[in-house]
Amino acid sequence: MIIQALAFYLFAAVAIASGVMVVSARNPVHSVLFLILAFFNAAALFVLMGAEFLAMVLVIVYVGAVAVLFLFVVMMLDINFVALRQGFQQYLPIGALIGLVLVAELVLVFGAWVVAPGAELAATDRIPAPDQISNAHAIGLVLYTKYAYLFQVAGLILLVAMIGAIVLTHRQRDNVKKQRISTQLGRRREDSVEVVKVRSGEGI
Amino acid sequence: MDSLTMMPALPEIFLAVAGMALLMFGVFQGDKSRHWMTWAVVACLVIAGAAVPQLADGRSLAFGGLFITDPFAVFMKELVLIGAVLALIMATGFNEREKIARFEFPILVLYATVGMLLMISANDLIALYVGIELQSLCLYVLAAFRRDTGRSSEAGLKYFVLGALSSGMLLYGASLIYGFAGTTRFDGLAEVLAGNDISLGLIVGIVFLIAGLAFKVSAVPFHMWTPDVYEGAPTPVTAFFASAPKMAAMALFIRVMIEPLGEAATDWRQIIVFISIASMLLGAFAAIWQTNIKRLLAYSSIGHMGYALIGLAAGTEEGVRGILVYLAIYLPMVIGTFACVMCMRRQGRMVEGIEDLAGIARTNPGMALALAIFMFSMAGIPPLAGFFGKLYIFLPAIESGLYTLAVIGVLSSVVGAFYYLRIVKLMYFDEASEAFDRPMGRELSLILVVTGVFTLFFFVSPEPLVGNAAAAAAALFGG
Repeated sequence: MIIQALAFYLFAAVAIASGVMVVSARNPVHSVLFLILAFFNAAALFVLMGAEFLAMVLVIVYVGAVAVLFLFVVMMLDINFVALRQGFQQYLPIGALIGLVLVAELVLVFGAWVVAPGAELAATDRIPAPDQISNAHAIGLVLYTKYAYLFQVAGLILLVAMIGAIVLTHRQRDNVKKQRISTQLGRRREDSVEVVKVRSGEGI
Repeated sequence: MDSLTMMPALPEIFLAVAGMALLMFGVFQGDKSRHWMTWAVVACLVIAGAAVPQLADGRSLAFGGLFITDPFAVFMKELVLIGAVLALIMATGFNEREKIARFEFPILVLYATVGMLLMISANDLIALYVGIELQSLCLYVLAAFRRDTGRSSEAGLKYFVLGALSSGMLLYGASLIYGFAGTTRFDGLAEVLAGNDISLGLIVGIVFLIAGLAFKVSAVPFHMWTPDVYEGAPTPVTAFFASAPKMAAMALFIRVMIEPLGEAATDWRQIIVFISIASMLLGAFAAIWQTNIKRLLAYSSIGHMGYALIGLAAGTEEGVRGILVYLAIYLPMVIGTFACVMCMRRQGRMVEGIEDLAGIARTNPGMALALAIFMFSMAGIPPLAGFFGKLYIFLPAIESGLYTLAVIGVLSSVVGAFYYLRIVKLMYFDEASEAFDRPMGRELSLILVVTGVFTLFFFVSPEPLVGNAAAAAAALFGG
């Protein structure tokens, strides 16, 4: 038990510390690397809670895809981060003020935490205990039955995202030389080789 | 456990599958297919429009209760489908002339329409969100469809960033509601709210949810994107933005407020009243200084959404009937107006300044007449259709004792009448400048005639529309 508590505090502390570093690191590449560290620690926290499926999804999707994409964007695009940061000092007070207001609101909201009396009955999806059934099994039981509709619509959204990306960025380029294998294979000797008798001393 | 049937969702499934099939045809046939693609999509939408009322047998649930159809959904779906079909037909000639025609355009409109139908039929907070995202994602791409011009790309990007922000707020609100109520289902929420004290957290969640929805109907204070997006997007896309998505977002707004959150009406009414007043006033005053007709229409649409929200603030069956009638009248009016804007072409180039309309009553009398009808109707002058829309909105507000709201509404519509009538004055009494290009195209003239006749002669027999709207509103309250 104490090991679990220690692990929790370790992962939580590292997650928060790397979160701070994401916004304060000078080098944007370091920021992204700290972001990846934060994701890994969040995944570890999920594992501690018995949500191993979510933990793996977090690592695969966020670390494997999103963070690497960020890294590419940061390294490929020529963004002047010094210029972006110039207003930082100037906007710090108002940013801090908004942050304080949000924190105060959250405290107020969660201070008034009451579970509505009917809520227990209305909650239709009991989350099964993690020691009885594995995460992936439990999600699979509802994802393709009860939530098949949402699953399919999410698929449609991804299809639209793909169409959109092609519509907005794909260009038909002229005078690009493409390899045409059928033409290459269809070439005959007669089409491309001409035998010319050259008399010595005259040239062609 | 509700049944997992999918019969009530058949029109949506048909549209989604047909969209994929057409997409495959388009991909393999290349850009040649764009000529018949629009008409194929129009045919699909018409089939869906014919199927929607057939399959709705009173109130029925599908997919384990995530999806609902009732007379209210049928009424709004028909409006959305009509808006999408008219916008698509308008777009054909325009896209060809502006050399932005691609076969993906009608497909994106089709999927946006599917998203809107799903929004109207949402019976769950998650279903609501996926519907909104499917719709919005298509709209972002459509806004940036003329990708080689900076303004269109800017419109798409702006819409995308602000839309993502609003989605964030909506999701935050939805998660708070789920946390405090324990369910995302609309009927479950209604049960939780009935007879219980509403906790503070739930109210915060509702406020965030309203903020997200208000963004989608472009109501003040979440309207900032509207003028820029309307101006930057290609004109037929703007016509689409102003018609179908507004219907869907408004339908969703009404359903969420009345069905699951109806018990909390006293808590959210003041928010809706504020949004409504702010939208009407901004729509009336900010439009006065506009010089671009598309920006003007953007502010006008903000104002119109403000009027429609009066009916929601009333929160009664008559109020909802008023909104439905208002939207059904607004749809042909705004489509017709945009058809006029698309006729504004000189030497093959689109012009968008309001000054360009000066004196066209002499050079293009037909179009001037049509635009005058729409402007008078938008200003709410009897006996045109727009007057009846406002009438059915203001009466329930007064019956529910919302006198301030009704008075401000009437006053702001007087201010609004100023800029609508200024356009009529420009067209009929100012010096004629150069004429617009002719002919304006068969599709455009057809749309102008149909929408113009509807707006002009609506008063002859308003009963069918009002009767259907009343039945739809009753379904929302009876269930």
